[in-house]
Amino acid sequence: MRARILATLLTGTVLASGCSNIEPWVKPYERANLASEVMKLDRNPVSGSYMNHVHESREGARGASGSAGGGCGCN
Amino acid sequence: MNVRHGSLLVVAWVVANTLLPAAHAQVLPEDRLDVLYHSYEGDQITITGPSLLARKSIGSKLSVSANYYVDEITSASIDVRSYASPYTEQRNEYSLSADYLVGETILSTGFTSSDEQDFEAQTAFFGVSQEVFGGLTTVNLSYARGWDEIGQVTDPTFFREADRRLYRLGLSQVLTKNFLVTLDYEGITDEGFLNNSYRQVRFLDPNDARGYRFQPELYPETRTSGSLAIGGRYFIGAGPSAIYANARTYSDTWGIDAWNAELGYTYSLRSKWIFDLSARHYSQTAADFYSDLYPFENAQNFLGRDKEISTFTNTGVKLDVTYDFRVDMFRFLDRGTLNFSYNYIMFEYEDFRNIPEGGDPGEEPLFEFNADVIQVYLSFWF
Repeated sequence: MRARILATLLTGTVLASGCSNIEPWVKPYERANLASEVMKLDRNPVSGSYMNHVHESREGARGASGSAGGGCGCN
Repeated sequence: MNVRHGSLLVVAWVVANTLLPAAHAQVLPEDRLDVLYHSYEGDQITITGPSLLARKSIGSKLSVSANYYVDEITSASIDVRSYASPYTEQRNEYSLSADYLVGETILSTGFTSSDEQDFEAQTAFFGVSQEVFGGLTTVNLSYARGWDEIGQVTDPTFFREADRRLYRLGLSQVLTKNFLVTLDYEGITDEGFLNNSYRQVRFLDPNDARGYRFQPELYPETRTSGSLAIGGRYFIGAGPSAIYANARTYSDTWGIDAWNAELGYTYSLRSKWIFDLSARHYSQTAADFYSDLYPFENAQNFLGRDKEISTFTNTGVKLDVTYDFRVDMFRFLDRGTLNFSYNYIMFEYEDFRNIPEGGDPGEEPLFEFNADVIQVYLSFWF
C-alpha cells in the first residue's frame, strides 16, 4: 500500500511540475465580470450553510454540498 | 476507504504545492455581520430560530468568525403520528473559526459544538486553501473529526457514542473571463451508534388487531460515503446577470445511491437589487436493509424505517431577493443588505407508507408532504 501511495505522489509531483509554467489565460484586467456580485460562489454564507442543513437533515446523501470556496482571482 | 480518502488529499496537496511558483496573492474573507431568522414548516414540523454570524480581521493575516445558531423544534412528524407523542425541543449550535494567511496559503481551523436535550455533537476541522495558475485555480483541502454523544429523554442511563471523519477536496477554476467551474469531493466515515435512539420499524403480526407491531430500529455501526459535485457559473451581460448549475452524485456502504441537480439564474438590477431564482431536484434509492414493513420480528440483522433512508425524490423552487443599502447612521459600517428567501420543497416517497391514513398493512397510501422554508436576514460589511 505504501509503495502505491509513494508512486501516486511521485506521479502527481512530476505531472504538476510540468504545469508550473502555465501562464494565466485570463489576465487580471479581464476579470471584471468574474468579480461581479452575481458571480460569487457563496454570496450569503449564513444562508448557504442553513440551506445545506435543511437538505442534509432530510436526505440520505451528505457531503460535497457547499461551494468549493476560493474564487476568481479578482482581488 | 480511510487510506483512499487520505491519499487523495495528499496527492492534491502535493500538486498544489508544486504549483506554488505560479501562486497568486490570497485574501482573507471580508469583515461582515449577518443576522438571520429561519423558519421551516412541513410534515407538521415547525423549526424556527436565529443564526448570527460575525467575521472580523485582526491585523492583515488573521480573520476570525463566530456563529450562534438555534433550532426551536415543534414536531408531530409522520413518525410521531405513527407511534409516539408530539414534542418540542431546542438545539443550540456554537461555532468558532480562524483563517490565517501564510504567504500564498490560507490555513483554516474551527470548532463547532451542538447540544440538544438528548444529543451532543462536537466537530473540529482543519483546512488549507491555495490559489495557483495566477489565481485562476483555487484548491481547498480539509479534514474534520466529529464526536457525537447520544442519549434518551425517557431513559437517563442510555448513552451511546459515534465518531465521524470527513475528508474534502475542492477545486474552483476560472475557464474564461465569464465562466467559473467548481469540483468537490467529500468522503465521510462514521463509526458507532448511527441510528435514532427512538425510531421504530414495523413488522407484520397477525395476532395484533392492526396486523403489525413496532420494534426499535437497528443500524450497522459503520458507514462510509463518497460524494462528487460539479458546478458552473456563467456571466451574462444583461443586468448584469449569471446562470448557474450544480450536480452531485452520492453513494455509501448502506446501499444508498443519490443524485441531485440545480439550475439557477441571478439578476442584478441597478446595483441595488439582486434576484436569484433556482430549481433543485433530488433523488435517492433506499438503504439495503430498509423496509416499510418487515415480514416478522427481528427479520434481519439490520432494521431501518427512517424515511430519509427510503426511496424518494424531492423537488424545490427557491427565490432570493437582496436589497443593497448604504449605512450612513453608523460610521464604522460600509454597507448593508436586506435579504428575503423563500423555498418550496415537495417530497414524494416510493416505499414509505402513511400509516396514520389507515388501510391494510403495507397497502396504506404512500407518504408525501410539502415544506416551506423562509429566511429573512440582514448583512452588514464593516
